[in-house]
Amino acid sequence: MAESIVEVAGLHKAYGGVEALRGLDLQVPAGAICGLLGRNGAGKTTALKILLGATRPDGGAAHVFGLSAAEPAASVEIRRRTGFVSEEKDLYPVMTVAEIVRFTAAFFPLWRHDLQERYLRRFDLPPERKVRALSRGMRTKLALLLALCRGAELLVLDEPTSDLDPASVEEVLQALVSHVASEELTVLFSTHQIADVEQIADHVAIVDRGRTVVAGPLDDLRSSFCRVRIVFDGEAPAATFDVPGAGRVRREGRVLSVLSRDGADPVVAQARALGPSSVEVLPLTLKEIFLESVAGEG
Amino acid sequence: MLNRPNPSLGVPIYLQLMEQVKHAIETGALRPGDQLPGIRTLAEELVINSNTVAKAYRELQHEGVLELRHGSGAFVARNPRAGRMADALRAAQSLVAGAVERLRERGVTDDEIRRLFEAELARQRRPVVRRG
Repeated sequence: MAESIVEVAGLHKAYGGVEALRGLDLQVPAGAICGLLGRNGAGKTTALKILLGATRPDGGAAHVFGLSAAEPAASVEIRRRTGFVSEEKDLYPVMTVAEIVRFTAAFFPLWRHDLQERYLRRFDLPPERKVRALSRGMRTKLALLLALCRGAELLVLDEPTSDLDPASVEEVLQALVSHVASEELTVLFSTHQIADVEQIADHVAIVDRGRTVVAGPLDDLRSSFCRVRIVFDGEAPAATFDVPGAGRVRREGRVLSVLSRDGADPVVAQARALGPSSVEVLPLTLKEIFLESVAGEG
Repeated sequence: MLNRPNPSLGVPIYLQLMEQVKHAIETGALRPGDQLPGIRTLAEELVINSNTVAKAYRELQHEGVLELRHGSGAFVARNPRAGRMADALRAAQSLVAGAVERLRERGVTDDEIRRLFEAELARQRRPVVRRG
């Protein structure tokens, strides 16, 4: 297993009595693209802020590059090596694109002028336009350009595709995959867009109400989560499944449908004992995994 | 040559890529000795994670379908393992043809046949546990 660039264990954080994080865990291995997936208000932004030293946790530990995010000196070092695109994409509104690029480049000795030119072209950013006159999509691309060109080892993106049209989403995702393929870079991005995670992430952490409910390599999740569909000749019995990994059971007419988080075999074995007329195993999409893992509204 | 995988299927993207490469070899679109796109090029073209492409290539190498040569990329294997696979597939095809024919005779519809095959495959699917 590759070393972890981000290592978070048992994070707690409350704002005025409201618990934003209630024991959040997260590991991001070197070279991974990790999607932090959760509903609005699940605690994603709070977790990212703690990693970047913008807020301190009430409990638990957050390490980036092996450095503690809670220590001021270490936190400066973390931020020096990390590119961050906030949800607000706050950029100086009166500067032009060319000015803000030149201004930002001056702070970073490792600034990649080659990439700067490539992304200005690829993202079709007009150099003479003022930031405040850019569309939201263009502002996102500009913020991403500034983060990609600074030679960071870790990129932290808070909802990078939230205001983008589908074509721009594709451009942003493509820039990320190609950057990760050619540079030594690890990416952690928060999102509620399941499709983005499915497309480019190789690791995923699903966060719900301040806790990590599912985490790991995406391929492993896809092979361990499944639905077992059991059909009977008559009315399906009201069976319960107490094998490891068995989740929600739905009973509808002749059909029992059982979710498993831990491969199909234990559920299938128990299903066979019920004398069904057929048993089938269906794969789950990430969307189904997500919906099964997070609590419903209210 | 290779098409965009569908990330929303429950099937891992690297498995979809592996299937595409094998299919291209079966149809002759890719032949022994042919070079595949580099990992980075393919990741960019298909807009998927380069680790996923690398994983598909590694698994195909393990199955003897591809040869990975350091520094120069991935090639369709020259050794006959892929060829033997094509022979095995032709034999398998006649098995499938027979099964489909018999099922139709019993009045099973094509849609039902397709679902039966898929259900059986899903039921017997074993996750790949090797890690690189």
